[in-house]
Amino acid sequence: MDKTKDPNISAMCTLAVGEAGRTGDWRSFRPVIDHGKCIPSQKGRSACFLCWLYCPEGVVRAEIPITIDMEYCKGCGICAEECPAKAITMVKEEGHE
Amino acid sequence: MSRVEIMTGNQAAALGARLARVQVVAAYPITPQTSLTETLAQLIESGEMQAEYIRVDGEHSALTVCIAASTIGARAFTATSANGLLYMHEQIHWAAGSRLPIVMCCVNRGVGAPWTIFNDQQDSISQRDTGWIQLYCRDNQEIIDTVIQAFRIAETIYCPVMVCYDGFVLSHTLMPVEIPEEEKVDAFLPPYRPHTILDDTNPRTINPVMFADLRANAEGILCDGYMEIRYKLEYALKGALKTIQDVSDEYALVFGRDHGGLIWEYKTSDAEVILTGMGSIATEATIAADILREKGIPAGVVGIRAYRPFPTEALIRALKRARSIHCLEKAVSYGFAGPVYTDLRAALYGSECDAQMQDYITSLGGRDIQPSTIAEVVLNRIKSDAFDGRFREPIWINCRTE
Ligand code: SF4
Ligand code: SF4
Repeated sequence: MDKTKDPNISAMCTLAVGEAGRTGDWRSFRPVIDHGKCIPSQKGRSACFLCWLYCPEGVVRAEIPITIDMEYCKGCGICAEECPAKAITMVKEEGHE
Repeated sequence: MSRVEIMTGNQAAALGARLARVQVVAAYPITPQTSLTETLAQLIESGEMQAEYIRVDGEHSALTVCIAASTIGARAFTATSANGLLYMHEQIHWAAGSRLPIVMCCVNRGVGAPWTIFNDQQDSISQRDTGWIQLYCRDNQEIIDTVIQAFRIAETIYCPVMVCYDGFVLSHTLMPVEIPEEEKVDAFLPPYRPHTILDDTNPRTINPVMFADLRANAEGILCDGYMEIRYKLEYALKGALKTIQDVSDEYALVFGRDHGGLIWEYKTSDAEVILTGMGSIATEATIAADILREKGIPAGVVGIRAYRPFPTEALIRALKRARSIHCLEKAVSYGFAGPVYTDLRAALYGSECDAQMQDYITSLGGRDIQPSTIAEVVLNRIKSDAFDGRFREPIWINCRTE
């Protein structure tokens, strides 16, 4: 198939990582995790993971310690807002005033 | 053998849908469409037609059901009129943008306010810019034939088609109609294949939110943005000019009836005065042309069957010998003029046709018009010395204007 041409006559997409494009490009703030405060890291077991639950892009991995796929994290800050331990801080990306 | 029966326009439309082997019908009753959907309900209830009749709470839902059915690969049909059509408006755009070959009959009726149940064409005209093909029928025979053709056109280019015909004037008037043979229709109209086969092992989101620009998907294919999808729709409609003509020509070969494809002509070979319009008013204009000919005026009619896509080239060819063109219209683009006049004037501008043009607004809300009246106003107009090619206000026929 011609990789450069969309054969569809109506708009559609499939369920796949990156289907919506590199949403990481949208970010003007990045989430920075303080694992000293993050509950699963502190307790050493699966717990909380509210950031994983609320992230609209599904880019938080529910692991110990939690990680975020920065290719597609759009920097919305929902994870930081929802975190009960205030373990996530939104830090301005370079070049964004 | 085909057989001839006496039937109304609505019955003809219903029989057309049955012959087209429509699989899903979703419709909400509204005058003057009601007897169409009643006929379909009876045909399905009695088992004469193998289809699902899905009852809905309104026209918006009716078309939504057709959209869902058509998406999964069922041949879907609906019908409505006037305010029912307007209530569908959002989904009318949606069906076209999704490139679904749904066929809908619009049984033309004036729109409220104030309420009228009677005929004009303001309803379908108000849906002009939605990306649907619009075909206008002259008589009940053309209705049954056009519904069958409409599915063939729609499924060839994946665009929905609105088959428009005048409420009461055709929908409730009995005429002899030759019913096409089932086997011939089956051969003419092969089963519908959707443009996208839905497959649960390869799930997709249909019509996601589009961004302004193209985007590379997960496989690295550069996917269309909103603008490319809309461009494809526009050029599918432009391409439909050929499809509509081809389907009409093939239909004429198979069934022996030619309704003209994009346009039709009546006594135009030597005509200098051309009357034009869509639907039954254009049929009436043929009688007016005969009256004018009795008075020594070489008059003819060019009827517009396909209004969207607009048959610019065909009209230039048909009108290039005309000295004056008279548009008879059952709709108004409020604040300017009638829609046919507006489009025709734009289409002819700069072409080899430099005829004078006059617009006439007529028959709104079912106001009666006689062929003799049409002949009289046209005669008055061509005798008028103010006929200088400039834009003139439309003449409202049979309307007290002061
Ligand atoms: S919630 Fe927003 S900021 Fe947090 S990880 Fe998900 S996309 Fe990034
Ligand atoms: S919400 Fe906060 S505390 Fe909970 S897992 Fe995420 S970062 Fe850790």
